[in-house]
Amino acid sequence: MNWIAIAAIYRFEMSRFFRTIMQSFVSPVISTSLYFVVFGAAIGSRIDQVEGVSYGAFIVPGLIMLSVITQSISNAAFGIYFPKFIGTIYEHLSAPISFFEIVLGYVGAAATKALFIGVVILITANFFVDLNIAHPLAMVAFLVMTCLSFALFGFIIGIWAKNFEQLQLVPLLIVTPLIFLGGSFYSVSMLPPVWQTVTHFNPVLYLISGFRWAFFDMADVPIGISLFAIALFTGLCLGVIWLIFRTGWRIRS
Amino acid sequence: MAAILSVKDLRKVYDGGFEALKGVSLDIEEGEILALLGPNGAGKTTLISTVCGLVTPSSGSVTVGGHDILRDYRAARSLIGLVPQEVVVEQFETVRNTVRLSRGLFGKPRNDALVEEILRKLSLWDKRDNQIKELSGGMKRRVLIAKALAHEPRVLFLDEPTAGVDVALRKDMWDIVAEMKADGVTIILTTHYIEEAEAIADRIGVITRGELLLVQEKAELMRQMGRKQLEVQLNAPIETLPASLADFGLEIGQGGETLIYSYDTHAERTGITKLLNAISDAGLTLRDVQTRQSSLEDIFVNLVEEDA
Repeated sequence: MNWIAIAAIYRFEMSRFFRTIMQSFVSPVISTSLYFVVFGAAIGSRIDQVEGVSYGAFIVPGLIMLSVITQSISNAAFGIYFPKFIGTIYEHLSAPISFFEIVLGYVGAAATKALFIGVVILITANFFVDLNIAHPLAMVAFLVMTCLSFALFGFIIGIWAKNFEQLQLVPLLIVTPLIFLGGSFYSVSMLPPVWQTVTHFNPVLYLISGFRWAFFDMADVPIGISLFAIALFTGLCLGVIWLIFRTGWRIRS
Repeated sequence: MAAILSVKDLRKVYDGGFEALKGVSLDIEEGEILALLGPNGAGKTTLISTVCGLVTPSSGSVTVGGHDILRDYRAARSLIGLVPQEVVVEQFETVRNTVRLSRGLFGKPRNDALVEEILRKLSLWDKRDNQIKELSGGMKRRVLIAKALAHEPRVLFLDEPTAGVDVALRKDMWDIVAEMKADGVTIILTTHYIEEAEAIADRIGVITRGELLLVQEKAELMRQMGRKQLEVQLNAPIETLPASLADFGLEIGQGGETLIYSYDTHAERTGITKLLNAISDAGLTLRDVQTRQSSLEDIFVNLVEEDA
């Protein structure tokens, strides 16, 4: 393992993040506050409680997941797409490093940035609602796993994308709808039976449900299945990345 | 001396079916400077890119310092530095950070003193904390060179390092190349500027349409291929060549005022005495005589044309 190279990529990627630290910090704070104003105040005054939790608190795990998932994907996708686009990837390809080490550097940095934003949102939410986290360790573990697995997914998108439109396509058309429909802002039990069944085909449901379990000790699906789902997704992404590595697809001619 | 880079029957067929390299074989000795000459699209960059790991070879093998570039890529690549043809840099990053990244990517521990030395040598030290986008085109090219030097390569590839570069930088480049050679670094450069190859290379390879036409010592090449021309200026112009001069293969130039005689400097007899006697016998009087040695450029053009 070329740890120095992994660290070099990681540090280089993080320096871009620190250059725009205010942007990285302010935008999640503002958007979280907006969600609380809209969902918490306007809708929350009508819903009151979901399964014993105040609606304002209930949406916190979904809100964090929404940002963490989209940020992990876009950070990792942009991180690897950009050097491909401007051509500086020549240096990674000619360096004595394996593709796996390149992935670790980029995915590690993308996950770190997403994790940072997740923590900022959690702290901001604390100003609006009372949060008592039932399983703090499980919460952290879920958060880290989500950051890593979706950064892996974003890395694949960044390798696959041939232009900026494609870079936006998957997050915008597939991921964001799945997050919204995966019970970020409601409990699945609030849906009619038919839609409850449909929702169970949405992989994001298992993530949000598991994450919510870590907060409030209640879930739409059993926690074991949530863990299995995130492990399966991570495994799938690793498999695809291994294939890309084997074939040099869209990287080496 | 042992070959530090050995290319054997290297072929590359791109996905579209274009055969960029048609079985190139080449050995490069440690510490030498090899210039690869060739027209656009000859396969120079493909050859370099394959050795450096950017392009996967279709068949054949390459070893660097005895390490196969595919099986033992870490050991092979850690010896290589590459300065690409196009100026590709991360515009928003600072000069120093991007040079540090290069060193890190090659697994070398941070060494600020070395980075400073390289940046000073390339006149980049004053710009070390500037974003790269603030630099001029020539300065950006220096950054690429600094990046390649930052991980202390034993073999350095310069892919058209002086294309579109001003005279001062070109001169600096040549100095840097000379300095690196003195340190024992092997240098392979591609260039369009034949004067560049003539000025700094030990050996010259000519590549066209994916084939290596020849690789030879520069001096040897110029000696072998060098044709000399004798130019005879006449006092009075002639319209047709006298019959007695027909066998010399003369050309008439400048409206009949000059006769041009080409000869091989290494032939047993150059035929000059015979020619001058014949001219005098034909009753022509001479105003001036001069000889001209063909440059590497002429040699190169001849070679590539012969092949076409």
